[in-house]
Amino acid sequence: MLRPRLDQLVAASDVLLVCGAGGVGKTTIAASVAAAAAAELDAKVLVLTVDPARRLATAMGLERFGNIETRVPDDAFRAAGVEPRGQLWAAMLDTKASWDDLVRRHAPDAAARDAILANPLYRNITATFTQSHDYIAMERLHELHASGRYDLIVVDTPPSRNAIDFLDAPARMAEFFSSRLLRWLIAPARSKLVNLASKPFYVVADRLLGASFLTDIAEFFLLFQSMYRGFVERAKAVERTLRDPRTSFVVVTTLEPVPAREATYFCEELAKRSLTLGALVFNRTLPAVLDDRSAKKLADRYRRHAATAAGELAEALDTATRARSGRSGFDPVAGAHVLGEIGQCFNDYGMLAARESELAVRLGRLAPRSVFVPHLDHDIGELADVLDVGRGLWGDEGLD
Amino acid sequence: MRLIDHRLLFVTGKGGVGKTTVSAALARCAAAEGKRVLVCEVDAKGSLATAFESGPVGFEPVEIEPGLHLMAMDTEASLREYLKLHLRIPLKGRIGPLANVFDFVATAAPGVKEILTVGKLAYEVRERHFDLVVVDAVASGHVVGQLSAPRAIGDLVKVGLIRTQADWMTDILADPAITAAVLVCTAEEMPVTETLELRDAISARTDVRVAAIVVNRVLPELFNRTEQALFDRFARPGAWQRTLVERHGPEALAVVEVAELATSLRRNSTAHLDRLRAEAGELPLLYLPFLFARGHGARAVHLLADALADELG
Repeated sequence: MLRPRLDQLVAASDVLLVCGAGGVGKTTIAASVAAAAAAELDAKVLVLTVDPARRLATAMGLERFGNIETRVPDDAFRAAGVEPRGQLWAAMLDTKASWDDLVRRHAPDAAARDAILANPLYRNITATFTQSHDYIAMERLHELHASGRYDLIVVDTPPSRNAIDFLDAPARMAEFFSSRLLRWLIAPARSKLVNLASKPFYVVADRLLGASFLTDIAEFFLLFQSMYRGFVERAKAVERTLRDPRTSFVVVTTLEPVPAREATYFCEELAKRSLTLGALVFNRTLPAVLDDRSAKKLADRYRRHAATAAGELAEALDTATRARSGRSGFDPVAGAHVLGEIGQCFNDYGMLAARESELAVRLGRLAPRSVFVPHLDHDIGELADVLDVGRGLWGDEGLD
Repeated sequence: MRLIDHRLLFVTGKGGVGKTTVSAALARCAAAEGKRVLVCEVDAKGSLATAFESGPVGFEPVEIEPGLHLMAMDTEASLREYLKLHLRIPLKGRIGPLANVFDFVATAAPGVKEILTVGKLAYEVRERHFDLVVVDAVASGHVVGQLSAPRAIGDLVKVGLIRTQADWMTDILADPAITAAVLVCTAEEMPVTETLELRDAISARTDVRVAAIVVNRVLPELFNRTEQALFDRFARPGAWQRTLVERHGPEALAVVEVAELATSLRRNSTAHLDRLRAEAGELPLLYLPFLFARGHGARAVHLLADALADELG
């Protein structure tokens, strides 16, 4: 059977959006796909990430990820024994800075720009709101894509409260600006003619919040509305980028019930929106050997009859030891304990692996291809580790 | 003071560390002592109901076991309840358009959804409807915004009913005998880093005290030092490994390989745990085991509640 792999998908895509529940290794997978693409293809690749582990930044030969795109040095690849065919660039999403850029671009004049940037509500919203992260990530992606500076952009999507929120962010943003409600909200700032007391909303809002706060809100909306046209057009362009056939989604999950449930939901939501699901990546999977029948049998014997199994080894091991001086012999009591433990361990992990396989089958139906990434036996420490993961994704013959 | 003797516990941590299961286990643990407990899910994903295998729950608390009540936060329902209680606004039939506007303002204006969430929970505590309210709170990126909402509103809104409300909420959140945050973590790089950052952010930017870190899914230690040395001789190529294969077949290597993976996973986690311990300072750490038999669901909650009861003493 041909093992599923990502190389064709990567070759056919301009933009890959890597998404999934928190804690499944999304950032690592995004970096690995990008690194493998840069190693294998004659392409300029950017990985846009949200909040990478410091270790991952170091692994990529960078002091830190910044809002500005930085090239991962070729030497970092060479140190990992790979001569890259393309270039790897990395950048991080700085929500605050990106919002400010956006305001600078769309504000009608300097006065409006400064008023918005200084507005306390604006600052609060851009700094603390999930939706603002979601939108700005997609906006930044569009900007980079439209700049034409890269052949491939791999996006590590922001950890939304709800994994799909960022998909709807551009549409919601456009809706927000064109809505009648917005006009209604800014009414008190725009005109004193409107009799607010007649509007039930203002009656309630005034009693809840106090008039001055309401005015603040209205002012904020009024300022923002001055950027209406620019924003709506932009949001639509961002959405076009997401819908482009050369944009694919890669859903990452571990084969555990909770992340798998989120992955299922995510795949279904993509389908509902007619967005392209390119692949599922099963991260940190257990080795296939756990399904080996004779190994299971032996493990079970170790677990139940550890002393007997240790006894069978004792004499031969003592002979083997005696041949080399200076090493201690086989202690049958400790030996029995070790065999018992490894038997139990195989049994425990075997149970996990069986559950994983079942989940993989169920999830696999949702995507055109599913790729397995094994559990690393160590943390990501250098580019070689990132490339190792990338190799698993790319297909066996890649990355020589 | 024991964790479950607080009146309001916010359980948070990086996504994927098992916040929901730990919230459920804490609630069950307290209910087992005869407390009246409310456990509330904030992000409305239904994970808490799944953990208890209770079927879907809504804003109205449902008693799923004696003394153990479950609810899911719904900020619109919270607003409705609030308006009914405090403004006596006749909302029947009129919440429709108001809800649209609310959704709008809540999306744009800072802290509205947050304060309706925290407000409802603090209200349950203030009214003494329950001995303990356990909140399966939002993940680390968002929880500070939630816990600091009363304070933020207090800064923005100088007068009005909301201001008065924000003040009593702050009183409840700031009392360390009533309210505490519990940080859930696993022994991995990012969760440990985020937990330590979150502890600092909560101390700096909210009135809530962090009372404990729960380390979830702690892997077992397979061997003591002598046994490890012995195992290593099976795991490395050499005379012992050859003997093992001669006597027990090539499948013995598979069994050894899996044990190698298990020990290296455990070894990595130990390094992260050491860092957590070193930097946690005075903050107590509670350990919950990795469950091989059941990762999920009511049985897992049951097992973890037992483990937690042991840890709490």
